[in-house]
Amino acid sequence: MMGNVTLLEFLSGGREVPGHKPWPRYQLDARGWRALVEQMTVSNWEVLAEWGEPAEVHVLLRGEDSGAIAVVSHPCPDGKFFALGRVRPSAIRLERAIRDLWGLVPEGLEDQRPWLDHGRWGVRHPLGKPRQYDGEPYTYRFLTAEGDGLHQIPVGPVHAGVIEPGHFRFHCQGETVVRLEERLGYVHKGIAGLVAGRPVADAARIVARVSGDSTVAYSLAFARAVEAALGIEPPPRAVWLRALMAEFERIANHVFDIGAICNDAAFAIMLGHMGALREKLLRGNDLCFGHRLLMDRVVPGGVAADLSEAGREALGHMLYGVRKGFEQAVALYDSTPSLLDRTTGTGVVGGALVHRFGAGGFVGRASSRGHDARRLPGYPPYDELDFEVPVMAEGDVHARIMVRVAEVRASFKLIDQILAQLPDGPVLAPLMLRGAGEGVAAVESFRGEVIVWVRVSEAGKVVRLHAHDPSWFQWPLLEAAIDGNIVADFPLCNKSFNCSYSGHDQ
Amino acid sequence: MIPPIAKFLARHLLKGPYTMRGAPDPDADGLLELAEALGQRARGRLGRSLAIREVDAGSCNGCELEIHAVNNPVYDLERFGIKFTASPRHADVLLVTGPVTWNMAEALMRTYEATPAPKWVVAMGDCARDGGCFAGSYAVAGGVSAIIPVDLHIKGCPPPPRDILAGLLALLETVSAR
Repeated sequence: MMGNVTLLEFLSGGREVPGHKPWPRYQLDARGWRALVEQMTVSNWEVLAEWGEPAEVHVLLRGEDSGAIAVVSHPCPDGKFFALGRVRPSAIRLERAIRDLWGLVPEGLEDQRPWLDHGRWGVRHPLGKPRQYDGEPYTYRFLTAEGDGLHQIPVGPVHAGVIEPGHFRFHCQGETVVRLEERLGYVHKGIAGLVAGRPVADAARIVARVSGDSTVAYSLAFARAVEAALGIEPPPRAVWLRALMAEFERIANHVFDIGAICNDAAFAIMLGHMGALREKLLRGNDLCFGHRLLMDRVVPGGVAADLSEAGREALGHMLYGVRKGFEQAVALYDSTPSLLDRTTGTGVVGGALVHRFGAGGFVGRASSRGHDARRLPGYPPYDELDFEVPVMAEGDVHARIMVRVAEVRASFKLIDQILAQLPDGPVLAPLMLRGAGEGVAAVESFRGEVIVWVRVSEAGKVVRLHAHDPSWFQWPLLEAAIDGNIVADFPLCNKSFNCSYSGHDQ
Repeated sequence: MIPPIAKFLARHLLKGPYTMRGAPDPDADGLLELAEALGQRARGRLGRSLAIREVDAGSCNGCELEIHAVNNPVYDLERFGIKFTASPRHADVLLVTGPVTWNMAEALMRTYEATPAPKWVVAMGDCARDGGCFAGSYAVAGGVSAIIPVDLHIKGCPPPPRDILAGLLALLETVSAR
C-alpha cells in the first residue's frame, strides 16, 4: 500500500488491542510490520518513541498531516524484527538500545554496535531473557576519519565541569572538528526494570528521577499515562497547578541555561545574574510547594501540594522581580557584539536534519520545526490558555538562545493566566482501580516532548513502563552541529543543546 | 552613550550583594561522621582551602543543579575558599553524586586513583548513600562506598544548597583543624 494513506487507515489492517488509552494500539504481524517500515519511506509519519518487551517491539507514531497518534506493536517471538532505523535515522540508537536491553535483533540495521550495554552489567539483555556473560571480550569501535594531520581528542566520561558523564570522540584537523561521535549510556540505571512490579506510587518516585531537571514533566507524563490507563480524571485545580509547576520548571531551566551558554562564551556576568534569578524561582517553588525542584509534587490523581492564597501572592511579587531581571539580561545579550559574535553562526543545524530526526523543543524550534506537545496533541489546561510557540530558522546557538528567551516570555504570560484563572476545589482524586489498562502520554518539558507509556495491572501495579526523553532525537544532531566548528566552541554548542544524559541513558 | 554593560554593572553594584549573610553552621552530623572516618587518618593542613572535583556517577542530574546553585552569587561557595576544579589531579575532595552505575564504576575508581593524597570523598544525595530509589537494579552497583571509601555523606534528594554548604564547611573545619 503506497501513496496517500493516513496512519490510522494503514493500521486498520492490524489487530486493535483493547484497553489502550487515549490513543489506540495496533498489533502487526511480520508482514504488516515490514509493510509499515516500507510505507514509512514515503510517508511523513514521525517516530515519537520506540521500545521493547521480552518478545514484542513497540513504536509510537504520529501522522503529521492528521496529527493522529498510535502505538504500533509487533510481536517477535523469534527475537528479530525488521529495523525501522533503515528508513528513520532517529530510530537507530533506539533499536541498538532495544537489542541491548531486550535482546531483540533489529534486522537490516547497519550499525549493530551495542549502545547502552557497556559490558558491565554481568548479564546480557537484562529486560528480556537475561543471560550471563560468557566472557567474550567487549569491544566498541568508534567511527573513523582519515586524512592528513587528523588527530583524535577523547573527552569524558568524567568532564571538566559540573555536568553529567558521557564520552565524546573528536576527530580534528588543527582546531576544526571533522567528526564528533558520542558514546552514551554511562548513567544507565535500569529504570524500566526497576519500576516493573511496583505499586504506582513507588514507580512515580522513580519516574520523577529519570531526569532531575525535567522532574515535573516526567511526573506529569507518568501521571497522565496512569490516569489514562485507569480512567481517572484529576480535579480541575490539580490540572491547573500542574501547568503552573511545569511553566516554573521551564523558566528556571531556560533562565539558567541562557546564563550558562553565555558563560561558555566567557561572559560570566550573565551566569551570575541568571543564577540569582533561578535561585529566586527555586525559593518560590520551595515556599509554595515544598520542594525547590518540585520533585514528587505531581502525582497520579492530581498534585501533592496545594497553593495557598499567601503563596499565590508571594509568587506574583517574586515574578515581578524575576521578569525585570530577565529583560535586563536579554537587553545586555542583545547589545554585546563580542558575545553575539560567538553565538551567531556557531553550531548550525539545518532544518532538513531537524525534521528528519523529529527533534523537538528549542533545538527543533530554532531550526524551523515548530512542534510543541502542549499544542499537538495538546492537553489541559493549555487548550484554554493563550500562548505562542516561537520558531526560528537559523538553527545556530543564537537562534536556540532567542527561542528560549521567547519561551520564557511565553511562560511568564501563561503563569499570569493560570494564576488569574486557577479554579478552586480539591487537588487530588483517589486512584480507583477498575481493572488493568495501558496508557500513554506526551508532555512538553523544557527540552521537548517527554513520553511515558505504562501498563498497569488490576492490583494497581506497574507491569511495564517506558519513558522516552526528547534528548534521543537531539543528541545525534549535536554531532552535526559541531561539524566544521572549532573544538573551543564545543562547550558552547553542547550547552546550547543541553541534552539530558540521565534522561537518555536511564 | 553609556555602554549597556556599564549600566548593568552599575545597577548590580548599587543594589549591593546578593550573597546570603554569614554561613550555615557546619553540619553537626557531618562533623561526627568525619571525626569517625578521619579519626586515625592523617589530616592534611590545607590552610582553609579545598579544591573539589565533582563526579556524577549516575545521578538524575538533580544534585548537579543544586551544586550549580551553591556556586551562584547567593551561596557563593568560593568565599569560603572552596572551589570546583576541572581535574581530579588538582583536587582535594571528590564530590560524588548518584547511585554508582556499573557503567560509571571504573571511571569513578580511576578518578579516585588520579586524585592525589590526602583526599576526601563526599557522597552527596540519598542515591550516593545506598543507591536510593535505584538500589537493586542490574545496572547499579549501589552507593558510592560500594566502589571507593567515603568520608562524609550529605543527605537529601537533592540536598538543598544550604545543606551542601553546611556539609562542605564541616569538612573544611575538620581537615584544617590543627
